[in-house]
Amino acid sequence: VPAEIYLNVAISGLLTGLVYGLMALGLSVIFGVVRVVNFAHGEMMTVAMYIAVVLFARLGLDPLLMMLPIAALLFVVGYAMQMVIINPFISRPEHSQFMLMVAIAIIIVNSLLMIFGPDAQAVQTSYSFDSYALGPVIVDATKLYAGVAAILVAAALFAFFQYAPVGKAIRACADNYTGALVVGLDVKQLYALSFGLGAACVGAAGAIIVLLVDVTPPLGPAYTLLAFVIVITGGMGSMPGALLGGVLIGLTEAMAGLFFTPSAKSMFAFAILVLVLLFRPQGIMGKRLT
Amino acid sequence: MSVTRNASITLNRRGLLAGAAAVTTAMAAPAIVRAQGGMLKVGVLLPRSGAQAGIGQDCYLGVELANPIFKSIGLPELEIMSADTETNVEVARSRAEKLIADGAQLLVGAFDSGQSSAIAQVAEQKGIPFVINIAAAPPITEQGYKFVFRNFPTGPMIVGDALANQKEVFAESGSAPKTVVFMHVNDTFGTSMAQSLPNLLPKSNMPYTIKETISYDPTARDLSVEISKAKATGADALLVVSRLNDAILLTRELVKQRWSPMGILSMGPGWYEGQYLKTLGKLSDGPLSFVPWYDPNKKLSKQLEGALAKKYPGINMNTNHIYTFEALLIAADAHKRAKTTDPKALAEAVRMTNITDNVSPGPGISFDAKGQNVNLKNAAIQNRGGKLVAVAPKAAANAKVEFPMRPYDKRS
Repeated sequence: VPAEIYLNVAISGLLTGLVYGLMALGLSVIFGVVRVVNFAHGEMMTVAMYIAVVLFARLGLDPLLMMLPIAALLFVVGYAMQMVIINPFISRPEHSQFMLMVAIAIIIVNSLLMIFGPDAQAVQTSYSFDSYALGPVIVDATKLYAGVAAILVAAALFAFFQYAPVGKAIRACADNYTGALVVGLDVKQLYALSFGLGAACVGAAGAIIVLLVDVTPPLGPAYTLLAFVIVITGGMGSMPGALLGGVLIGLTEAMAGLFFTPSAKSMFAFAILVLVLLFRPQGIMGKRLT
Repeated sequence: MSVTRNASITLNRRGLLAGAAAVTTAMAAPAIVRAQGGMLKVGVLLPRSGAQAGIGQDCYLGVELANPIFKSIGLPELEIMSADTETNVEVARSRAEKLIADGAQLLVGAFDSGQSSAIAQVAEQKGIPFVINIAAAPPITEQGYKFVFRNFPTGPMIVGDALANQKEVFAESGSAPKTVVFMHVNDTFGTSMAQSLPNLLPKSNMPYTIKETISYDPTARDLSVEISKAKATGADALLVVSRLNDAILLTRELVKQRWSPMGILSMGPGWYEGQYLKTLGKLSDGPLSFVPWYDPNKKLSKQLEGALAKKYPGINMNTNHIYTFEALLIAADAHKRAKTTDPKALAEAVRMTNITDNVSPGPGISFDAKGQNVNLKNAAIQNRGGKLVAVAPKAAANAKVEFPMRPYDKRS
């Protein structure tokens, strides 16, 4: 196999991994703060993908340009979901939360099936078939734009949590729930904001990923599983960990397909997960549980 | 009053048996009537959602066209009971059981070998005839089943015909690849095709050798690695056994990775489907599909083509419509001859099928002792300007082959 093929595949895996990372970032934000495991994560992303498909088909709007409006819309949906549906479950046993989120996931999949049917829907932009040739290395233009967009969104989110007062308050809330209550933070409101931000992340990821993957309603559970693999690998609740996990899984899948057989590329992603669980159960960048 | 009662008792003692027999007969009558007359209830199982949804929906067009045509040619109409297998073997099995429980007297389906194998087990267990529309894995008709019939070529039959037609195409065009990379889906169909190829290739004296074989998941969301690997082999052409969604993904990657093989030689679905042509536009031109097709000169082919054009203008008739329609044709013909809906009699009638006025190429539809139609012949078709033209065998061709195909970067 010529050397440039390894480079091509590595770049492709890296760019895909960045988008995976952005998707998993939303799951990590929600779990890190609200401590609710969002089993409807992939399904929420398919909602964003369908919104992008409809906007493109009806109004010709490029999903990359629609990334922020779709993220904003998903933020509102996530905020409302937390305030109305999830907040009453916060103090309930984990299995109740689990059943609630699974129920939401099933409702989303079936609603999408009723509205859009089972056929795969795609967005074919003017640059869908473009690629850049850098000497012998060929970079898929769509994946490049998607990867750059994922980096920008992730950077904005990190900056928000690092510098914005609300972001700091959310982090405080995640670090010490009782302390946050003592100093007078509106925890309920901050939880809703966090869920909204997680949903916005997945909205942005959906708008990006629809450029790479055709969307069907049953796609949601597969992405929920992928998001879990990534955040567990990267470290539950760790935002840099989610991004790193995404890149690691993207690269592993790509290189395993090249070195071994493409049929087994998912197997290698799960092998990484098993290794992490065995030797670093808290994930690569997760905090050790006490 | 007591006399009357006694008399009544006396009468009833004698009459009781007769009365009970009469009541039993009356109660059983609907079942017997149902078994002997009325419309035949046909359970149609297709993957109408999930990864194969596009093809399953396409197959269903063949179902929609069937009854009006049957009526016009003097065959009994069928009562269709439809079920979605969700592209899942276990769902296919449970839906087959449910259809039978709901009164289906014959089953048709299921496009996919894995799903069809599961349905075949249920049909055999329950004693309900099952006519396979599309599924090529050989073991389905090698199990000694008594209620399973297949009007579709097996993997080795498809590969054997495909290689013969490829040689004809290469000879006609004066150009042939010296090497190919073989890419196939790793499901039941793809694996059985991949197993057949190494046995048949040496016997066929082909001009090419296989440089590498790459198998992949038919539900894969990204096939960039697969195409990178295929491109790296430096092969002249691509030999594929795929499905629909992956055929679209493969084409996208070929364009993005700037690889234009001299030909795409498909031995399965995907590349001729309406959704493939519609999604890819000019980029869909060129691939050759060596698949079970139809004889355009047959009377019933023209009638089916006309009905499809009338109901769904702009849709090209393809394997999915043809073989689903023919599976129902077999059911209607068997029902007419059996004059009953009793499953055993129906199965016997299906076994004795001898339809010469059909759609698919070859002498017609009949089954061997294993329930396989061994008379089927394949054709080579090429995508040309959003249409499909037959290029081989010469007897069934309506256009000359364009080979090598035009490179992707030379298309406007």
